[in-house]
Order: sequence, then C-alpha cells, then structure tokens
Amino acid sequence: MKLFGFDLLFGHVQNGVKPPERKLTEKKVIEKGPMPGEVIIPLSQHIGAPCKSVVKRNQEVKVGELIGEPGGFVSAPIHSTVSGKVLRTSQMVNPVTGKPVDTVIIETDGKDEWAEPMKTLDLKKATVEELLGRIKEAGIVGLGGATFPTHVKLSPPPGKVIRDIIVNGCECEPYITSDHRLLLEKGKELLKGLKIIMKVLSCDRSHIAIEDNKPDAIKHISDLVVKYKLEKKVSVVSVKSKYPMGAEKTLAKYVLGKEVPMGGLPFDIGVLIQNVGTIIAIHDAVHKGKPLVERVMTITGEVNGPKNITVRFGTPISTLLEYCGGMSSTGGEVIGGGAMMGIAQYDLENPVTKGTNCILVKKKVDWEERDCIKCSRCIDACPMGLLPTKYAKLVKVGRFRECEDFYIENCVECGSCTYSCPAKIPLVQYIKVGKAQLAKIKRKEGN
Amino acid sequence: MVEEKENKEMLQARTSPHFRSPLSVEKIMWVVVIALLPAAIGGIYYFGINALLVILTTVITSILTEFIIKKWVRKGKFVMDGSAVLTGLLLGLVLPPLEPQYLWMAALGSVIAIGIAKEAFGGLGHNIFNPALVGRTFMTASFAGVLGTAWMEARGNTVDAFTGATPLAGAFDHMATSMEYKSLFLGNVGGCIGETSALLLMAGGLLLILLRIIDWRIPLFYIGVVFSLSGLLGGDPVRHIFAGGLMLGAFFMATDYVTTPLTKNGKVIFAVGAGILTVAIRKWGSLPEGVCFSILIMNSVTPLIDRYTKPQPFGFIKKKEEEKKEVGK
Repeated sequence: MKLFGFDLLFGHVQNGVKPPERKLTEKKVIEKGPMPGEVIIPLSQHIGAPCKSVVKRNQEVKVGELIGEPGGFVSAPIHSTVSGKVLRTSQMVNPVTGKPVDTVIIETDGKDEWAEPMKTLDLKKATVEELLGRIKEAGIVGLGGATFPTHVKLSPPPGKVIRDIIVNGCECEPYITSDHRLLLEKGKELLKGLKIIMKVLSCDRSHIAIEDNKPDAIKHISDLVVKYKLEKKVSVVSVKSKYPMGAEKTLAKYVLGKEVPMGGLPFDIGVLIQNVGTIIAIHDAVHKGKPLVERVMTITGEVNGPKNITVRFGTPISTLLEYCGGMSSTGGEVIGGGAMMGIAQYDLENPVTKGTNCILVKKKVDWEERDCIKCSRCIDACPMGLLPTKYAKLVKVGRFRECEDFYIENCVECGSCTYSCPAKIPLVQYIKVGKAQLAKIKRKEGN
Repeated sequence: MVEEKENKEMLQARTSPHFRSPLSVEKIMWVVVIALLPAAIGGIYYFGINALLVILTTVITSILTEFIIKKWVRKGKFVMDGSAVLTGLLLGLVLPPLEPQYLWMAALGSVIAIGIAKEAFGGLGHNIFNPALVGRTFMTASFAGVLGTAWMEARGNTVDAFTGATPLAGAFDHMATSMEYKSLFLGNVGGCIGETSALLLMAGGLLLILLRIIDWRIPLFYIGVVFSLSGLLGGDPVRHIFAGGLMLGAFFMATDYVTTPLTKNGKVIFAVGAGILTVAIRKWGSLPEGVCFSILIMNSVTPLIDRYTKPQPFGFIKKKEEEKKEVGK
C-alpha cells in the first residue's frame, strides 16, 4: 500500500543494508593458485539435474577431460580439473546442498597436462546454435554463486525477448574482490565475451553495472568501451554501493527501473543478468576452447596472507588456506562464499565448487538470540518488501501455512534482515525453515 | 588424525549471514535513556530534590520488580538490558514532583508498570501497552487526589499564569502571552517532572532521530496533527504542543517499538490517530490525560493497523496488472 507517497520516497531500491566492506584484497593481482594433491569433484555443481560419471576407477584423465555427463537439459557437464588418476567414485555430501552426491576423486600426477582443447570458434561465422552448444559443452554455469547453467539462461523460452543485458560487476558482498580484480585485469575478455552473449540473444543494448566503491574499475571499463568503439551498444553504469545491489532483481530495478514480477525471473521483463566471471568464462570457451575448470577466488579474512587466486574446482579448502599462509589464530569460522550469503563449512577437507567465489575465515562470535522488540529494522532493510520478523514469529509456533499470506516465498535469503536485527534473531534461518515446510505442505496438498 | 578432529570441533557452522550489525537491544535502550537525561536533569533543576527522589524511586523499583519476576517468578535469566531503567525513567518523568511521604505511590506505579503491563504479557517485546503509561494511568485512577494537587511551581517562573491546581486542565483554550510561550518552551512552568521543557525534550528526540533510533514520522505527524487540529477547533495551537506531555509522548512514548506498528505507513496512521485523540480528550474529556490516553488507545489498535498496512512485496503491482490484463483477454 502506498500512503502519502512514502513508499515512493523510501521505496525498495532505498532498502538494503551497508555492512562494512573490508575489501582486504582489492589491490592484490590475481595469482595462480596451488596445485592440489587430490581433487574431490562433486558431480553436481549447478542447479538442475546431477551429472552421470563417465570415468572408471584407475582411469588416467587430463585437465579438461569430461568426467560427468549432463543429466538433462538444465544441467552442465563437469570436467577434470587436474591431470592424474581417478582414485574412486563414491557418494559424498555435497558441500553446498548438504545432500549426498556422486563424487569423483582424482589424484594429481603433478604434470598438469591439458586435454586437446576444443576448436576455437570465430564469432562472425559461428551460428547461435554453435555458440550455445559450446557454452554448454564447456560446462559454464553462473559464477556469481547461483550456478544456474548458462546455456539455459541464454535460451529464454519462446515469446520472451531479451532487450537489455546487465553485466553484474557489483560484488556487493563484503570482503570479496574476485570480480573487481577480473574487471581490472580481464576487461578486454569481458567485452569480447559480452559480444558473444549479445550475438546469441540478438540484443544490442547492454549495461555494465559496477558499484561506486570501485571507481578504478568503472574508469578502466569505460575507457575500454571507448577503445573498442562499443559506446553505442554498451554503457557503464555506476550503481550505489549497497547490499544486496548484486541481487538480480534489485539490480534490474536500479539500472532499468523495472520490477521483476513476483515469482518471476528477469527474462519476464526482458532482462538478462550475467556475472562478470561467467562472461569471461564464455569468452575462454569460445575463443580459447577452454572448458570451465578453474575460477578466480578470494581467500580472505582471518588468514595470514589474503589473496585473489585462480583455483581448480575440487581443491580442498585446507589446501587453499595453507597456500594463503594458513588461518590466523583468531579464525574460527570458515565460510564458502561471502559473509552475507556464504555457507559455513564444517570440514576443511570439503572441496570448492563452481559457485564458490570466496573462502572467508571469520572470528568465532556467538550472538545471543533475544525476543523481537518490533523495531522494524528488518522490514526497512528487506530489499523485497517483506516482513521477516513476522515469519520468525509464525515459524517458531509452526504456523507455516500463514507464511504464504505474507509472501515468504519471495524472500531471496540475502540476509539483510538478520544483519540489521538488534535482537540477533537468525531470521534467515527461520525463513529457510518456513519455506521448506511450506513447500512440503503444498506438495502434500498437491498429491 | 587427532589434530584434524580438534580442527573440526573448532569450526563454527551456522546459517548465513555470518555478519551482524553492531547494534543491540541494550544499546538502543541505553541511548534512549541518555536522550531522556536532559529532560530529567531539567526537571530536577526546576523542581528540586522531590523530582530527583521520584525518578530514583521509579527507576530502582522498576529494576527490582523486573529482577524479582525474571529470577524468582519466571525462573529465567535477568539481563540488565536497560528496558526496565527506561520504563522507570519514563514513569518518573510523567509524574508530578511528589512529596517524599507519597513516594510509595510512585513505587507501586512502577511495580504495576513492570509487573502487570510488561512481564505479565511475557516481558520485553510482548507487551501490548506502553508500561510507563499504564503505571501512570494506574496512579491517576488510584491516587487522583494526591496527583492532582502535587503540582508545584517551577523555579524561576515569573509568569503568574498557572496558579491553579493543574496547568493542564482546561487551560488549553486561552491564548497565551509571549512570556508564557517562552516559559513553556524552556520549561519553567508547573507540570510533570519531565514534561515541562519542550526544548530539552526536543533535543533528546532529535538525537534519537539523527541516530535513526526512532522514525521521524511519528513525532512529526503526531505534533503536526495536534497543532493543526487544535488550531482549527479554536484552541491555542502553540500552547497545545508545548504544554502538557505532548513532546515527551511524541518523541519517547509513541515511538516505543514494541507497542507501535511495524511499517512506516502504520506508524503514520498511529501518529495521526494519537494526535486526533489527544485533541479530542483535551477538548472534551474530563481528565487532563490527552497524550497518555491517546497513546494507550492507539497501542490497543496497533495489531489492527499492522494487519492493514502489510507492505507490498517487490514486484507486486506488476503482477496485479498482468492478472488484470489476462482477465481482460
């Protein structure tokens, strides 16, 4: 409801929070990461059907060799990230979803031999189908963290036309600097990759959105756009530094002023949003024939030498921490991903996957949960205009069905509410429980 | 292997986010207490030792009541989160400077405020009515005689305008002189301990607005409605906003988190409703309790306001339009 125009004045774009940025590694050039002795590759590193193993025990594999075949359309193949010998294939707990998944464990031989690269494609001659096929073949998924298979995202359903492409270079999470460094170091590849996407979607309007806390990146990319004479098609947009600016719906609203309808996806308003890292991966797949076997990651927080490094998927977290000087004595919580949405790791032998953009070590802190004092900070912070405290109250007493009336399913779990709560209530946790229980109830009713 | 095990035990795992703002309930409560201190000190300056004794009585009794209830009745943990201090301080500020032999009334008021209005409902966060105002209402109802005659002349009051038993009752409709306005603004007039100085209350209120502890809409709409409505009804709008408990109520009571609506729109409705009720009670009511009663009445409709001011989720309008279009087709 809008009353006296206040929702306009303090509308959703104004919402969100401003956690401390703590970009410890923003000036650190991307380095080549460690070569792990053993990689643990879960055969599901994306949203969608898990892959089927195509390797056998004791089989020799090279870097980039296919080890997991996609299990459906919404799926992405998985390649070996090292050269060596397959030790075994077994069920292990997926560090992201917490569910058991087939996992291939490969022992590295130290030679780092690459498999024959795929044939490079000429952007002018290649057809859209060829380009999409290549993106699929290279196993590219959204590297911002959502890990949605990119070839699916780039094939919108019939009737949906993409009119705007937004390149997501916001990196609104505290600590992480991998996209910032990519913007500075791989600007050329980014623009070439963007051209591929524009060809695939036959869309010639794109916006590169960068938060205004990265003026060097904004300037660098603007200069490159001019240098490659792309001014007519590509604009660089400086967006406000606020969390969660990098969330798709928030970003689309900020850049284009359009709201993605409830329960919809950005293509419903003709927008496609891709992360910087994903676009550079597309460039590498098309112009270099390189499958997705590594990504840039920020290792930061309570480690002795925070760094931005390229990491092969499947590397155990402990290897990465060791490479960066080890955990400092104050560290007690290891998070795969950012401080706001990352997943706390219970085991340092867990591997990193395609969606891991950061390994953050934090101090051990305990917050005591208090009763809600109805200060409404969570409501003011929610970028989706929801009532987090209401969900917590309903979930605590098991009234899951009622959560639907308050649109709990619209929550993007960005954590702004929990961050701002003075009573330290783990609101996101309650919301996750509420969503899962509501889905269960709905499934039952559907049967 | 042993090392690895230790390492595993060391790691902390919980749901995201792993980052929290430094703000806590305690901090908020203590900042509000600090914001009230200028008015409290002003009251002590104007009314002397009696005022200090009243405030000390209400604060100490409030803390003790909360401690006893938390520790022995509910067998829980007592946390000095500042909320009991705040309730006690607020109650002290809305009382007249009682003479020492009547201090037990103030103490009883605090017991009612904390024991009945707050803890009986489940403690901080669960109360429906503002505890301090419930305590004050209880005292007005029980000790009307003492409370009605306990007003005393403030120090340095040169204007002989309010010589009656209470400067509040019935006095709103006569136009004041500029000297009176000045007294009302600075606070050297008779009245409740913390209600006299509009200046000191506004200073505290502005601090809270600047620190984003309270929402500016509530005081603005509350005071604005009282000002314009009292003017329309032929009263003296300036006296209406500076005299009586409006400033204290608008900045510190109508902005209480627990007993007011959640959303910004709800807060505006709350403030407008309280403003209308204040003027109505002052004009037509028989007790000089406009602000106190108006806030309590609005407290009781807060759940209703919350129900009808559910915020619109992101992307809601568009969907509605689309549905309409589909229906149209």
